[in-house]
Amino acid sequence: MSPSRWLAVIASLAVIAVGVAACGSSSSSSGELSGQIAGAGSSAQEAAQEAWIANFESENSGVTISYDPVGSGGGREQFVAGGTAYGGSDAALEEEEGELAGAMKRCKPGELIQIPDYISPIAVIYNLQGVESLRLDPETLAKIFNQEITSWDDAAIAKDNPGVELPSTRITPVNRSDESGTTENFVDYLSKVAPSIWTYPVDGNWPVKGGEAAQGTSGVVEAVGAGDGAIGYADESQAGELGIAKIKVGSEYVEPTAEAAAKILEESPEDKEISQGKYVFAYELDRKTESSGTYPIVLVSYLMACTKYGSADEAAIVKAYLDYVISAEGQQAAEENAGSAPLSEALREQIEPAVEAIESGS
Amino acid sequence: MGAPPFTAGSPRRWGDRIFSNLAVGAAVTILALLAGVALFLLIEALPAASAGADRLPEGKSLVDYIAPLAFGTVLAATIAVLIAVPLAVAAALFISHIAPRRIVLALGYLVDLLAAVPSIVYGLWGIFVLGPAAVPVLEWLEAKLGFIPFFAGPASSTGRTMLVAGLVLAVMILPIVSAVAREVFSQTPRQLQEGALALGATRWEMIRMTVLPFGKSSIVSGAMLGLGRALGETMAVTIILSVSGIVTFNLISQANPSTIAANIALDFPESSGLAVNTLIASGLVLFAITLVTNLAARAIIARQNVQ
Repeated sequence: MSPSRWLAVIASLAVIAVGVAACGSSSSSSGELSGQIAGAGSSAQEAAQEAWIANFESENSGVTISYDPVGSGGGREQFVAGGTAYGGSDAALEEEEGELAGAMKRCKPGELIQIPDYISPIAVIYNLQGVESLRLDPETLAKIFNQEITSWDDAAIAKDNPGVELPSTRITPVNRSDESGTTENFVDYLSKVAPSIWTYPVDGNWPVKGGEAAQGTSGVVEAVGAGDGAIGYADESQAGELGIAKIKVGSEYVEPTAEAAAKILEESPEDKEISQGKYVFAYELDRKTESSGTYPIVLVSYLMACTKYGSADEAAIVKAYLDYVISAEGQQAAEENAGSAPLSEALREQIEPAVEAIESGS
Repeated sequence: MGAPPFTAGSPRRWGDRIFSNLAVGAAVTILALLAGVALFLLIEALPAASAGADRLPEGKSLVDYIAPLAFGTVLAATIAVLIAVPLAVAAALFISHIAPRRIVLALGYLVDLLAAVPSIVYGLWGIFVLGPAAVPVLEWLEAKLGFIPFFAGPASSTGRTMLVAGLVLAVMILPIVSAVAREVFSQTPRQLQEGALALGATRWEMIRMTVLPFGKSSIVSGAMLGLGRALGETMAVTIILSVSGIVTFNLISQANPSTIAANIALDFPESSGLAVNTLIASGLVLFAITLVTNLAARAIIARQNVQ
């Protein structure tokens, strides 16, 4: 078991303990809701899910929810197999691998729900002595990460950073060594904005050989922090003390902020190929956007659920929980605890009908 | 004196029968577990073996996928054994023959204590302490010994290289090798040792002529036990090594081959379907490598015992 997995186990035990304690103390003030549901999936959502579950359980004392951050692949698999009531995934269900069809079948006679619930900006972090701020255009970024540009005083970098004294330090690009949604989204961005330079397939595994590789977000942050001249990518909330590069979008340089990240989803069209069911949302992120104040390197994670469940209790809990997750308070809790970007009002209006469609029987 | 308690014809006692059945049961259980694991690996690996390269992760054939991992596994374990064995033997000799009697016991405990440190702690020690500390050494190796392919560089700026991973593995297997060697060294017949000393041998000559030959097979078996642990070690390598999926003998750069166990730990969480079968197939290869290593160790020891 990985360290983060152990932490997750301990954390979920703590959450359960809190839930049980809550059960004992209060005699269901708000709710008719009682019972327990389980979810599993994306580890990117872990911190947010923990906050949601803790808040939701303190509001609904009879309810116990668990979330196992096994990873997106495992989350999809368990949801399709019917092992979990809801799932989290960093990628939308796809037809190719038969998972979309499987998930639809699982939800029969109800319908499949897939809604975005977690948007996280991915920051380009760097560690370069004497350089406080760094600006990069997408093509330079792609060339750094495919190891075409190997030194920090390269003309391509200098062009975007007038007035900054760049040392001749060797560039150490750092990537994830484990398969991850963060890598997939970062690589997707590079392949969209610099297709002539970034010719690798888009996948959760880092495609370029020979870079520095580290396990997990914490590993990347540690490796970038340890090596002078290192540059990597990680969830913005985990960047800590490290420098964060501003990325060129259109004619300006944008920092990864919650607002700038949330904006990209508003501008992105729905992926019609995948958005088949009435309640299945999937977005083809418009990475090439040039609109002002938009940060295009984001990770969008989805929730999967069904409109019908075996028992009315289960359906009622899932409905209430999902309702809370996409609500303004829920999104704010995630922002505070996980550093994610809250869903915009417009987006919430779009996906709300999906949650409303869950037949709680009441 | 009465009749001997056990004779061929006498009825067995209850206690004997129960003990013998328990012992047989335990032996059979272990064999059944081993067979069960092997069977599980075989069955789960089969879909990956029969699938085309285009459906496997990274679009590579199974052999192309596993070969660099097997290479990395063997390379890391070999470095660990090369570093650990001389150190462990020297430590064992010191404890069994050289150290003052008062501190022997405490020293033995201390070395054994190394085995009690969880591998994840070694991993964290590797990235936070040993890795950064190794950077100047790696740079020196590149500058002075860069003509040797092992140290071709460019030296990693974080120290998370194959050499450092091998060093951490060496520390991890040191107590096993040392404990096995120590046990046997201290059983060297006294007459041999005293005879050598009486003939005018120095302490080092005595050790070379009596203790080391006597303990040779224990050194080999200790090394093999250590090799087995190093081959399968997961967590420390997962955390420390900067993996790149390539095949290289360059030990000090940021691009290193991964190991089978570390690769499974890294990729399993986000894998589904055939990718999982592929990982299990690589596990089967690791199982085979470890089995062959252990069989080879047995063969070596058996041959030496005959002589």
